[in-house]
Amino acid sequence: MNWRAVQAIYLFEMARTWRTLLQSIVSPVVSTSLYFVVFGAAIGSRITEVDGVSYGTFIVPGLVMLSVLTQSIANASFGIYFPKFVGTIYEILSAPVSYFEIVLGYVGAAATKSIILGLIILATAALFVPLHIMHPWWMLTFLVLTAVTFSLFGFIIGIWADGFEKLQMIPMLVVTPLTFLGGSFYSVNMLPSGWRTITLLNPVVYLISGFRWSFYEIADVSVSLSIGMTLGFLAVCMVLVWWIFRTGYRLKN
Amino acid sequence: MLSMSPIISVANLSKTYGSGFKALNGINLDIRRGEIFALLGPNGAGKTTLISIICGIANSSEGRVTVNGFDINKDYRAARSLIGLVPQELHTDAFESVWATVSFSRGLFGKPKNPAHIEKVLKDLSLWDKKDSKIVTLSGGMKRRVMIAKALSHEPQILFLDEPTAGVDVELRKGMWEVVRALQASGVTIILTTHYIEEAEEMADRIGVINKGEIILVEDKAGLMQKLGKKHLKLYLQNKVETIPEALAAYNLELSEDGREVTYNYDTKGDRTGITSLLSDLRNAGIRISDLDTTQSSLEDIFVSLVRTP
Repeated sequence: MNWRAVQAIYLFEMARTWRTLLQSIVSPVVSTSLYFVVFGAAIGSRITEVDGVSYGTFIVPGLVMLSVLTQSIANASFGIYFPKFVGTIYEILSAPVSYFEIVLGYVGAAATKSIILGLIILATAALFVPLHIMHPWWMLTFLVLTAVTFSLFGFIIGIWADGFEKLQMIPMLVVTPLTFLGGSFYSVNMLPSGWRTITLLNPVVYLISGFRWSFYEIADVSVSLSIGMTLGFLAVCMVLVWWIFRTGYRLKN
Repeated sequence: MLSMSPIISVANLSKTYGSGFKALNGINLDIRRGEIFALLGPNGAGKTTLISIICGIANSSEGRVTVNGFDINKDYRAARSLIGLVPQELHTDAFESVWATVSFSRGLFGKPKNPAHIEKVLKDLSLWDKKDSKIVTLSGGMKRRVMIAKALSHEPQILFLDEPTAGVDVELRKGMWEVVRALQASGVTIILTTHYIEEAEEMADRIGVINKGEIILVEDKAGLMQKLGKKHLKLYLQNKVETIPEALAAYNLELSEDGREVTYNYDTKGDRTGITSLLSDLRNAGIRISDLDTTQSSLEDIFVSLVRTP
């Protein structure tokens, strides 16, 4: 293992985070606070409770997940797309590093950043609504697993994208709708049964459900199914990354 | 003896792109330990493709490359850690400082931190006073030197310089040559590609010419200089001559088709050029001269004639 290379890539990416602190940390926190004001306070005051939890409190795990998912993808995809775009990728490709080390550096940094962000949003939420976390270790497990999985997914998008438009396309057209329809703001059980069945095809439902369970022990689907689906998606991303490096897809010609 | 074995050995290397374009065709090339090797060739000849494959940026279609005996695919870690690469395009980060980007390169190549070495590299390349500047604020020539500094940050044994002086002014070019010579003196093997024949003449120990994906010549510069040393004396005759008289056979003269010009090839480095005796023998043979002209073949001529032949 070339640990020094992993460290170099990781620190390089983290330095980028600190350089763009406003964009990377402050703006997601501001937008999440807006969600609390609009959904939690304004609209939420008309909705009494969901599954025995006040609405404002109910949406906290979903909001954290919303940010973690989108930020993981954005960070990781940009992290690998940018060197491709400006050409500095030559140095990574010509260095004595394995694919695993490259992924560890980039995905590790992207995941770290979104975990920090998730915790900051959680702290912000505590200012608006009373919070209690029943299974903190499970909460962290879901947070880390989701951050890693979606950073890997973002890494794949960053390699696939050959323009800034494509870089934005998947997060905007696929991930954001899936997250909004994945039960961030409601319980899947509130839907009519037909829609409920369709919703269960959405992988994000399982992430949010599991994450919410770790807070309040309320879930749309069983916790083991949530873990299983998350690990399954992680495995799919890992296979894709393995294939990318094996074939040199969009990296080497 | 290991030290006599080539430091880079390219065997039967071919590269065909997905489009079907054959960029390299059966390349065989050995780079000697400690030499400066200049790879010359027109645009699109395959210079950059060849370097990219050796350095791990592109995949080959066929053939094998070893670096210090290490296969570039099977032992990529050992092979790549010996190589520093300065690509042709100015690919740099924008918002990093010079110090940070050069230190990053060293880490990427798995070397422990060594501020003293990085300080030396930056000083050698006259970048020391810019070490805290963001790269985006530097001029093109400085960015080029930052890329060289990155390549040297991990103390490579082999340095690839792809068009190192393209777009660099004359003064800076001379400065860069000095850096390259100092590196060679410290035992680094250097492979450079260039458009400037002058650069190859000035720097290289050996010269290779690549065209249309094939190596068409590899020769010691001394050997090429001998060809360079050849001069041609062209004599314009007052009267047309049908054939060269027997008495002048020893000079191997070339008679033009119209019978009005005679060319004599001679070696300026020889003890005797033979010009004086040729002129007196011509007079004795009754051939009168109206004018004369001498020309010297340059590396450029050799190069052009090599790459023009179909």
